[in-house]
Amino acid sequence: MKFSEKWLRSWVNPALDQVALAEQLSMAGLEVDDVTPVAETFSKVVVGEVTKCWQHPDADKLQVTEVNIGADEPATIVCGAPNCRQGLKVAVATVGAVLPGDFKIKKAKLRGQPSHGMLCSSSELGLNDDHDGIIELPEDAPVGMDYREYLELNDVTFDVDLTPNRADCLGLRGIAREVGVLNRLPVTEPEINNVTAEHEQQREIVLDAPQACPRYLGRVVTNVNVKAESPLWLTERLRRSGVRSIDPVVDVTNYVLLELGHPMHAFDNDKLEGAVHVRMAKADEKLTLLDGNEVTLQDDILVIADEKKALAMAGVFGGEDSGVTTESQNIFLESAFFAPDAIAGRARRFGLHTDASHRYERGVDPELQRTAMERATQLMIEICGGEPGPVVEAKDQGYLPQPQQVTLRKQRLEKMLGITIADSDVTEILQRLGFSVNEDGDSWHVSVPTFRFDISIEEDLIEEVARIYGYHRIQAAAPAAQLRMVPRREASLSASKFKNLLVDRGFQEAITYSFVDPKHQALMFDDAAALTLPFPISVEMSSMRVSLWPGLIGAVAHNQKRQQQSLAFCETGLRFLPDENAENGVLQQAMIAGIRAGKAVAEQWNEAERAIDFFDVKGDVEALLALTGEAEKYTFVADSHPSLHPGQSAAIFKDGKRVGYVGAVHPQFEKKLGLNGRAYVFELELAAIQQRQLPQAEPISRFPSIRRDLAIVVPTQLAAGEVLNAIENVGVNHLVGLNLFDVYEGTGVADGYRSLAISLTLQHPERTLEDQEINTAVKTVVNMLTNEFGATLRE
Amino acid sequence: MELNDIVAKAEAAVAAATSPQELDAVRVEYMGKKGLLTEQLKSLGKLSAEERPAAGQAINQAKQQVQQAINARNDELKQAQLAEKLAAERVDVTLPGRQSAVGGLHPVTQTIQRIERFFGDLGFRVEEGPEVEDDFHNFDALNIPANHPARADHDTFYFTPKTMLRTQTSGVQIRTMEREQPPLRIISPGRVYRNDYDQTHTPMFHQVEGLMVDTDVSFTQLKGILEDFLVNFFEESLEVRFRPSYFPFTEPSAEVDVRRKDGQWLEVLGCGMVHPKVLAAVGIDSEKYTGFAFGMGVERLTMLRYGVNDLRAFFENDVRFLKQFN
Repeated sequence: MKFSEKWLRSWVNPALDQVALAEQLSMAGLEVDDVTPVAETFSKVVVGEVTKCWQHPDADKLQVTEVNIGADEPATIVCGAPNCRQGLKVAVATVGAVLPGDFKIKKAKLRGQPSHGMLCSSSELGLNDDHDGIIELPEDAPVGMDYREYLELNDVTFDVDLTPNRADCLGLRGIAREVGVLNRLPVTEPEINNVTAEHEQQREIVLDAPQACPRYLGRVVTNVNVKAESPLWLTERLRRSGVRSIDPVVDVTNYVLLELGHPMHAFDNDKLEGAVHVRMAKADEKLTLLDGNEVTLQDDILVIADEKKALAMAGVFGGEDSGVTTESQNIFLESAFFAPDAIAGRARRFGLHTDASHRYERGVDPELQRTAMERATQLMIEICGGEPGPVVEAKDQGYLPQPQQVTLRKQRLEKMLGITIADSDVTEILQRLGFSVNEDGDSWHVSVPTFRFDISIEEDLIEEVARIYGYHRIQAAAPAAQLRMVPRREASLSASKFKNLLVDRGFQEAITYSFVDPKHQALMFDDAAALTLPFPISVEMSSMRVSLWPGLIGAVAHNQKRQQQSLAFCETGLRFLPDENAENGVLQQAMIAGIRAGKAVAEQWNEAERAIDFFDVKGDVEALLALTGEAEKYTFVADSHPSLHPGQSAAIFKDGKRVGYVGAVHPQFEKKLGLNGRAYVFELELAAIQQRQLPQAEPISRFPSIRRDLAIVVPTQLAAGEVLNAIENVGVNHLVGLNLFDVYEGTGVADGYRSLAISLTLQHPERTLEDQEINTAVKTVVNMLTNEFGATLRE
Repeated sequence: MELNDIVAKAEAAVAAATSPQELDAVRVEYMGKKGLLTEQLKSLGKLSAEERPAAGQAINQAKQQVQQAINARNDELKQAQLAEKLAAERVDVTLPGRQSAVGGLHPVTQTIQRIERFFGDLGFRVEEGPEVEDDFHNFDALNIPANHPARADHDTFYFTPKTMLRTQTSGVQIRTMEREQPPLRIISPGRVYRNDYDQTHTPMFHQVEGLMVDTDVSFTQLKGILEDFLVNFFEESLEVRFRPSYFPFTEPSAEVDVRRKDGQWLEVLGCGMVHPKVLAAVGIDSEKYTGFAFGMGVERLTMLRYGVNDLRAFFENDVRFLKQFN
């Protein structure tokens, strides 16, 4: 809601300057977003009258004028505006004037003719962006008067960002009332008298949907001159409220909307046939709106119709066919109460948002319709002439909002606010707000005036009391509560625990958007259907991620383009898998993922550089799994995944269920995803690793451990993991350590074979192992390897 | 040879030895089985019984003297050898240490963790919830029925008329209250989504919301806990003001501003007393219990705390930006 300070002060004029007034409104919950001057700075612009005007001898498009500026001598000014003519009252920038943009007016010659000043357009004065010629002032504008003074331009516009509950302040009347309450000042309302009917012409009004429109007032005004000019005071008030002047009829309805907060609509009475019906639209009924667009209505849209057709979308937008034009002579004025529920959301459905819909969906005073009607009639007749008919009112009392009676209990007020406000103060505050109050010892029984249609429950009154009393006067106190410990399950591992580990291993945590480019996602997860946003920010941000990889790959690509080559990112967050059985049809799973690219060891003086490979990232995953205390429950199995290099990818299983993947991004996608070279990724379901095995301590053996190394030759195809598993499961007594410490292929080992060097560490808890036991253990392992895998011992 | 001469010669030889090997050779020469001093002992037999003790004593003294010299020289040589070894092992301590990268948590995470700690210390439990929400948890239960103007203000990403990306983490409060009766103290951090993208808006951002419901929770306590939080979060005693506002799910409602160094007020929080309709929607008796709720934008707090001026930087994940917070 925008309004000019001077306009407000004509209703109520507190002894506060602009800044203090803005602060007061903000602190009362009417947040002042902005205070801006109503005109840019300019000086030495005066009202003038063009006394002579003739064609410039050497320029077709210029005229030479003599302008009376209230000085002894008229000023000679060359003007190029087509509307410049003799007798016109104009705004003259005199010699020495400074216009917006620091534009200085000096004596000049234009095509040989002297020019001492400039006749100004609105845009040259920074009033609006209207370029249609110079300003035309009313005939009674006093020549020589400073233009700023004449227009009272030393004024500011307040822009108040109103919360949805304070629709009562969507008109100056509401704002003024609030300022009056805050400053304990009376508010002077403009005099609005009933306009006496001068003829009997009227239209019958039928409320076909009284629950949606329980009150509708109509009035026919005949012989209206729509070509008349709106007066300057009115167009200036509109302008200062951010509303353009259109024609006097529209200007008047807009003015009433700003002044009283009540929307009105005007129809061309000659386009209406028979009675006016306020009814629900028929399904698929068509209506061409004032902006020329034809819309197809649904049966929950309220319309104003005549006996033949829909005329307007009620409370939202007028129709083109019944709209007022400069040719209209007879006007049918509407002033109606529409139930917020019948209007809310409807404009949005058609991509519309109008001043009327904004107010009707929040609510208007259900008793204001007649006042608005009389105010609009009065102004219209003043400006456009015409003869008013009688006001016809149709109403259905049963559906009109009933006056609210709300009880405020003293004990409740105290409990909610935590402070005690003197009873007399509470009573006084409620009365100031215009409520009638009946105090009965432990409660206030409050009758709410219809203009505060936002008040219906006890908490509404508590808020009003607190707001007017002043939030700043409610002192702060520490909350009191019973001390109870919060359960902390030691066996639960938090996501931060894993993230911290990755950070220590060199990962930078990234936060990437949950919606990704569907092209990338389709490339990487060909079989996964993703949830799609029907109205995304852009197509590239329209597909809900089925994995954290696309986002992380994007982060790497972004950095590689900025000369950052060695990168490690991790992220935790949800992935979104469409799933009929999940709540709301989507399985939302917390994941932890990482990506590495570039060097594993950065260039440095005492260590060889090395590129990242699969085993760096597998090591990261193993470190995460180790936090569970039961890493042995997780197995890595060579497995293909559409996103990953077929020879460098593994699925991670726990209890026979796949819980994640690790591998190299498939080289065929690198370019398409914007990657520069290899990148290695992993992803795990957080839930699969968040249970930790609590430690159960075992005694440490005091006896020496014995290590035996074996080098076996096996086919290269044979997975090392299988060999290690087999050794673990063969049942060697007292095996406490098993380590694969070398892998060798080449000279000395036949083609298609490789040598695995494995150490076995044996230790007995209660005694020193004997040589024979050790030899037996090694033999058991070797025999098993020979039988199971055809392994031979390497010489 | 006189005993004295032997000792003098031995001492000279000891002093001349430059390595433990040479020194050992000297020892053998004088003290070995056939050493010169050992030989002297053998000659005692030729002496009379009266002369023997004195002569024996003299020889033993000489042996001791030489052994001492050898030991002393041995220590010297060992010291020298150690010194040489240490000198050879000297490194340039100003060369850079071996680098292995250490990463860092995202600044948004760091802020969330700080907030969690402040409230965690007061017994607020962290609760999380789904990001694809239904209209009951995101709107209806929060007293934002269909067509409420506040819905339009949310720039919601809808999937269907009934499902959407959550616009606030308040749904988590609803889910918690559906499960549990008061007393309740929770905070819910997480991602939220609004269909808006410009200099000051990203379509995804983070919120932390808090909720306390108990028998005697009041507006003064809401003021108390939030002032306490802001002063501790910014670690300065900044000016805080509560400004009346409106949220469908709280009443009375307030926005909380802090005064910046330039004197301007800046909004950092929204809060209020839980609306009785919200409590009713989850089956909590609003006559018995009252509650407060608050919500804050994590990115905004992070920007203020660390002087970040472009919101979008948080989601570009440029390492040069992120590493500043390590």
